[in-house]
Amino acid sequence: MIKAGAIPSLTISIPAFAISTILSVFFALLVAFYRGSKIDKIVVVFCVCMMSFPSLAYILFGQKILAYDMGLFEISGYESGFPNFIPYVLLPITIWILVSIGPDIRFYRTIMLDEVYQDYVRTARAKGLSESAILFKHVLKNAMIPIITFVVIQIPFLILGALLLESFFGIPGLGGITLAAINASDFPVIKAMTILTSVAYIVFSVLTDVLYTLVDPRVRLK
Amino acid sequence: MENIQTAVVVNKKTNSLKSKSLWQHAIDQLLGDKWAVMSIVIVVLYTLMALLSVSGVIASNWSDEVAPSYQSPNADVWLGADIFGRSVLLKVIKGAEVAISIGLVTAVISAIIGVFLGALAGYFGGRVDEIIVWFYTTMSSIPNIMLLIAIAFALGKGLTAVYLALGLTSWVSLCRLIRGEVMRHKDREYVHAASAIGGGDFRKLFIHILPNVTHIVIINFSLQFQTAIKSEVILSYLGLGVQGRPSWGTMIDDAKLELARGVWWQLAAATGAMFIIVLALNILGDALRDALDPKLKGKS
Repeated sequence: MIKAGAIPSLTISIPAFAISTILSVFFALLVAFYRGSKIDKIVVVFCVCMMSFPSLAYILFGQKILAYDMGLFEISGYESGFPNFIPYVLLPITIWILVSIGPDIRFYRTIMLDEVYQDYVRTARAKGLSESAILFKHVLKNAMIPIITFVVIQIPFLILGALLLESFFGIPGLGGITLAAINASDFPVIKAMTILTSVAYIVFSVLTDVLYTLVDPRVRLK
Repeated sequence: MENIQTAVVVNKKTNSLKSKSLWQHAIDQLLGDKWAVMSIVIVVLYTLMALLSVSGVIASNWSDEVAPSYQSPNADVWLGADIFGRSVLLKVIKGAEVAISIGLVTAVISAIIGVFLGALAGYFGGRVDEIIVWFYTTMSSIPNIMLLIAIAFALGKGLTAVYLALGLTSWVSLCRLIRGEVMRHKDREYVHAASAIGGGDFRKLFIHILPNVTHIVIINFSLQFQTAIKSEVILSYLGLGVQGRPSWGTMIDDAKLELARGVWWQLAAATGAMFIIVLALNILGDALRDALDPKLKGKS
């Protein structure tokens, strides 16, 4: 049951998470590049506005406007098998990205700005490196530790998928199973899901520490 | 005459040279920021709206039938009517009461637990620290939404369950921050000075160290407030929300059946009302952080 539920969940959560993370890191770098300018302010205002909508409103408006009215996506449901599921997961993925991009860009921007004022950036600039080389080669590498912490620690929760999205769009993923189990007081399933996510949490916490040594040679595992 | 004038100028100068406290600086900065002032005004207006509706001055007749079922917005019912013909405008106003109380109570609960446990862990270290860190790590390894559902289920439906479910699941980040900050402070000179004049552990912790970490609590409070308001929607969707009176969460939740029939005004009104207060609290949280945390000045 868990195996059957994991696949639909992962078809949504992995692409959504990957796209939204890459987009937010990219935008955060861009905003760090133009820090203090109009673009920076516009992006920050935009992020705060995006953050201020409740997630259920995104789902409801998204389904109404994009699926019912404009007919761009499937309204709800799911089909298994590789190419068949794609039309069903597009709308949930879009909504996931819309929900998470606001807080993510802001978070990564803070990390980038922590780095941008460091001495090594001044040195790089003094060497005559271009601003984009500084950002993509120096700042991004140094910002990797907080980025990895933030990214990896979210992965265990991806297994559960997005409870709201799955139950709303009728996707038979782990999130939907969990919600159904809770409503039916099906304790063995609830226990299994809790243990699954907790174990995943521990595994990925350890993995975070291992990854630190890869991105930062100063960190040594004892 | 000239003498007097120069005297006044000097006097003014000495006045302005008088050193300002950190709080005075922060308040000055906050009041100089027009967005922050606007957010404060919005928060005050919403609170006022909530207080007036609690005391029954406005929106006490929200349950009256004022129009046909699903009347679209017109000159009489500005925001339309819901399935029972009740005015959506009055429901939105009445909903502010639930939203403000949930935000406030949740933020207070999480601040109390977070500060207390964080301060103990950071100050005493050792075994106490280990137990508390173990406890909050365990809490954070359980998906938040499942914990929320579990607590809400255990306590049954109603406002108290919502307060506790949201309050008991949201203290971990504050606890971490406070623990780290107290750890940094406990070996500072002023704490040694306090123990030199005979201050006990609790005196040092609560009278000397805690005032130095209050800014974290204040910033966190405004962010917790808005997170709670947003989470109430999710609880309502799961059927664990507030019963028997209008809340923005239940209004948004109702909309999942209404939208297919083209009834968008209830969703739009509740989302709009929520958007404005959450946006104001977000901006206020940022402004507070800029004003109170000098390390971050000019960065975000």
